[in-house]
Amino acid sequence: MIVLAVALGTIVIKASGPVVLGGRPLPPRVQGVVALLAPALLAALVATTAFGSGQQLVIDARAAGLAVAAVAITLRAPVLLVVVLAAAVAAVIRLVGA
Amino acid sequence: MRTATGTCPGSSPSYEAGHEPFVSCLFRAQETSASIGGMDQPAPIRFELRRGAVTAIPLAIAVGLFGVSFGVLSAADGGLGALPAIVMSATTFAGSAQFAAASVVAGGGGAPAAIAAALLLNARYLPIGVSVARSLPGRRLRRFAASQLVVDESWAIASDGEGRFDPHRLVGAGAVLWLAWVAGTIIGVVGGEALGDPAALGLDAAFPALFLALLAPQLGSGRAIAAAVLGAAIALALVPFTPPGVPIIAAAAAALIGLVRR
Repeated sequence: MIVLAVALGTIVIKASGPVVLGGRPLPPRVQGVVALLAPALLAALVATTAFGSGQQLVIDARAAGLAVAAVAITLRAPVLLVVVLAAAVAAVIRLVGA
Repeated sequence: MRTATGTCPGSSPSYEAGHEPFVSCLFRAQETSASIGGMDQPAPIRFELRRGAVTAIPLAIAVGLFGVSFGVLSAADGGLGALPAIVMSATTFAGSAQFAAASVVAGGGGAPAAIAAALLLNARYLPIGVSVARSLPGRRLRRFAASQLVVDESWAIASDGEGRFDPHRLVGAGAVLWLAWVAGTIIGVVGGEALGDPAALGLDAAFPALFLALLAPQLGSGRAIAAAVLGAAIALALVPFTPPGVPIIAAAAAALIGLVRR
């Protein structure tokens, strides 16, 4: 029951934008908003996946991983390396801390 | 492809930023002969499909391991159950929402609470779906299929900035992530308790790093930077007060600064 309801709900949510709107061009003002959705949502994802833990904000090994990732990005490292570095830093910190 | 030597009359050198004019020329020449032979797909499409899939691989490993822990959690006593977990991974394909539903159930919560938690988390796919809508080509059914492969990671990988998305990169990344997620769930259900905790491997730290790496090239304008800072601030401010998922949906409001006249 839960599985079906969640699956159906998610399918409808995911499909509604692309299927209803389709290829129709949006008015310029709306386009201006849509163009900013990606940076706004990505930044929110960065913030919540790095510092969120349930309903709490925490600074843990993930934050150190994120800091290293930020440095790697400024040095123009490829995305793959950035991700691996962040995970490795967090893993090492947890290993040492535990 | 066979005719794409020398000049390419009528081809626009700026067909797509980042591609050589030759590639766009190749694309145009190939477009006309796309039905000849078995594996004929315009080069940029195959290129983007592969690029999406390759970019998604490190994440697919992390996603697969989270799938394992979802499987383990669901198969445990009082969980969702083994088969429902696999069905859910294959159809819902949204890790955080599935974890939310599974942990509500495992914690003794009722079905309405589990459903509400999961759908609230997935509500972010409404603005995300709107943002990719213009970039998904083809008929209704094709757009519907592509929309189901949209997850945070595939959406971020497909982003070209300025609100444009590459549909083929989206599909390539989405397919790899879907396979990893479902395979991971099956492994977890079948007997993943012997496997380690993903957090010990630092895999949870992979996600913020990925999102930051994908955010960085988007910050070309002052407005984009403002939207990002505002979005992060809204999300962080709401985390302590709202159920997980709501902060990310609310952060979409930061994009409204796009309404301000330049």
